[in-house]
Amino acid sequence: MNRIFSVLVENRSGVLCKVAGLFSRRCFNIDSLAVGETDDAQVSCMTIVSSGTKQTLEQIEKQLNKKLDVIKIKTFESHQAVSRELMLVKVKYNKSNRRDIMETCEVMKAEIVDMSKNMMMIQICDTPEKIKLMLSMLAQVSIVEVARTGTLALSKCMEAE
Amino acid sequence: MNGADAIVKCLEEENVKVVYGYPGVAICPFYNSILDSDIRSILIRTEQNAAHAASGMARVTGEVGVCAVTSGPGATNLITGIATAFADSIPLVCITGQVNSELIGSDVFQEADITGATESFVKYSYLIKDVKEIPRVFKEAFHIARTGRKGPVLIDVPIDIQNREIRGFEYPESVKLRTYKPTVKGNTLQIKKVVKELEKATRPLICVGGGVILSDAAKELREFVEEYQIPVVSTMMGISTLPSEHPLYYGMVGNNGAPCANRAMKEADLIMMIGARVADRAVNQPDTITNGKVLVHIDVDPAEIGKNAGPTIPIVGDAKSIFEDFLEYEVDGIYDDWIRTLNEYRTSMQIVRTPNKDFVDPAEFIRELSAQMEDDAVYVADVGQNQIWSCKYHVVKQGRFLTSGGMGTMGYSIPAAMGAKVGCPNRQVVAVCGDGSFQMSMMELATMRQHDIPVKIIVLKNNYLGMVRQYQHFTYKDNYSVVDLSGSPDLEHIAKAYDMKFIRIENMDDYKAGIKKFLKNDEAYLMECLIDPMDLV
Repeated sequence: MNRIFSVLVENRSGVLCKVAGLFSRRCFNIDSLAVGETDDAQVSCMTIVSSGTKQTLEQIEKQLNKKLDVIKIKTFESHQAVSRELMLVKVKYNKSNRRDIMETCEVMKAEIVDMSKNMMMIQICDTPEKIKLMLSMLAQVSIVEVARTGTLALSKCMEAE
Repeated sequence: MNGADAIVKCLEEENVKVVYGYPGVAICPFYNSILDSDIRSILIRTEQNAAHAASGMARVTGEVGVCAVTSGPGATNLITGIATAFADSIPLVCITGQVNSELIGSDVFQEADITGATESFVKYSYLIKDVKEIPRVFKEAFHIARTGRKGPVLIDVPIDIQNREIRGFEYPESVKLRTYKPTVKGNTLQIKKVVKELEKATRPLICVGGGVILSDAAKELREFVEEYQIPVVSTMMGISTLPSEHPLYYGMVGNNGAPCANRAMKEADLIMMIGARVADRAVNQPDTITNGKVLVHIDVDPAEIGKNAGPTIPIVGDAKSIFEDFLEYEVDGIYDDWIRTLNEYRTSMQIVRTPNKDFVDPAEFIRELSAQMEDDAVYVADVGQNQIWSCKYHVVKQGRFLTSGGMGTMGYSIPAAMGAKVGCPNRQVVAVCGDGSFQMSMMELATMRQHDIPVKIIVLKNNYLGMVRQYQHFTYKDNYSVVDLSGSPDLEHIAKAYDMKFIRIENMDDYKAGIKKFLKNDEAYLMECLIDPMDLV
């Protein structure tokens, strides 16, 4: 079972460490973790995707709530939220596969954001599933480096009402 | 006024009477300022025991215990004490000195990342980076330690912050913590549900944990169970909620518990767990105790509910407040048959021991000791066989029973007993330990002498780490490994060296007179009891 935890925390030093430490100490999974400041500079939002049994997921929420730096937790399943991830991929290309890569990018709505004689950098911002698909599509070419943000998610507007 | 003066002022504002600790350069400004205060400083002999002593004091007084140690090794030595307090939810404020704030992170002399190292067993921690934060941080720390699920809070104060000038010191009157609002009052609907379930039940049972004592709910609980004649069992931390010989009390549950208490847990159709974690030693297979039963779980910490056993009715809140609410209701239930059955179990399921006559029988000895102890005495058990014997055979009257239940930290009893005696100088305080645990804390005999803390110490000596030996006896067929305590000192000499009175009890011939002599005056006393090395709990 997967669950997205959108955790608002005090924007203080050491808080990321405390939250991540809680997951490792209690053997909870972190499938992905993304952190950033919110519109309020004193508050950060951590988007954590975790998996486990129903009881584990319940414990994660309760244990997070015990942390004094945690302000609020919203949890939702993936269908209740809009999820996005940003990925940058550097690939090697040659004459024979250049066109294929560009076509893949076009189909996947990815952008080529940088280029040299032998390499290009592709940017894609999409759902976690699409990111995964993009990676598998690019597996046929030689991938040099990958950087991903991890999942960002907000509950759907209808859900929030 | 500098930061250190401000810290002392904060402690005075919090009505702190005693600080246990061990100085070093990084905490010296604080120890310099405390000289101008009425707060008593007690120099313990190793930092871990500062936390244990503060814990003992906190548990008998209901106040927050305070300890202060230096940076680096001072702070890391304190860790076991902090973890012990955390496991038993004991409110502490632990102050650690830290190296100059500009040098943090550069691995200078006696630098340790203590806030990082203790993260998973403090309720909260602070590293003070600005002297102006001191009043707010201390106000918050005491508030956090003593409210909700109590626990240790650590404050790390760099030496330059302690020395820095602070202008316009003002201790805040209230705390502003948007992220921390523990639930005190139990949900009324849930309480009503429990009353209904109690009326349907024929075999209800209340299992009390340490939380009942921590929230000072023993009186309300007792009133409730006496009113409706509901039987009570306890976890190790719940011992002394009710007097041991209260007609409705059936003993401690768990794998070292009273057989009739465990039988009661098994046969009950409704169990109310209050302030207990439902951990492995108390409830062997927590998930199975709910089978075919109504489980009511009351705890101030919502994360405890459903962690080890899924409750039918959860109630989050403070036990005292919840039992005050329960007392507002009429429970229409009659449990006479159930009580009769349990009384039969209590008589028929007595533990039968076959003591070796050449030694002191710990069971009989502890029973007699309890009988002779003052009614409101504090009994502090250490960890090991001595702890289990104490749980089984100590008869609590109106006193208290202290031990390290969650963490099982050896060496807890002597420093905790010291703290209890300092907190309640008019009560009799007896520490019972084994020869292993005694040697983990015997350096504190000096603290007792120096600060005139008349604790009575009993060492149940069997020349083994008895609990582990017993485990190796059963699990490894007597293949004993590293449990022999040969080389231990002669305790009579130890007592003499520390200028303490000493008595040795070798067998059951004159133990009663020995106990009488030992307990007679309010003076430090060391008693050695020779126990059969092969004795089992």
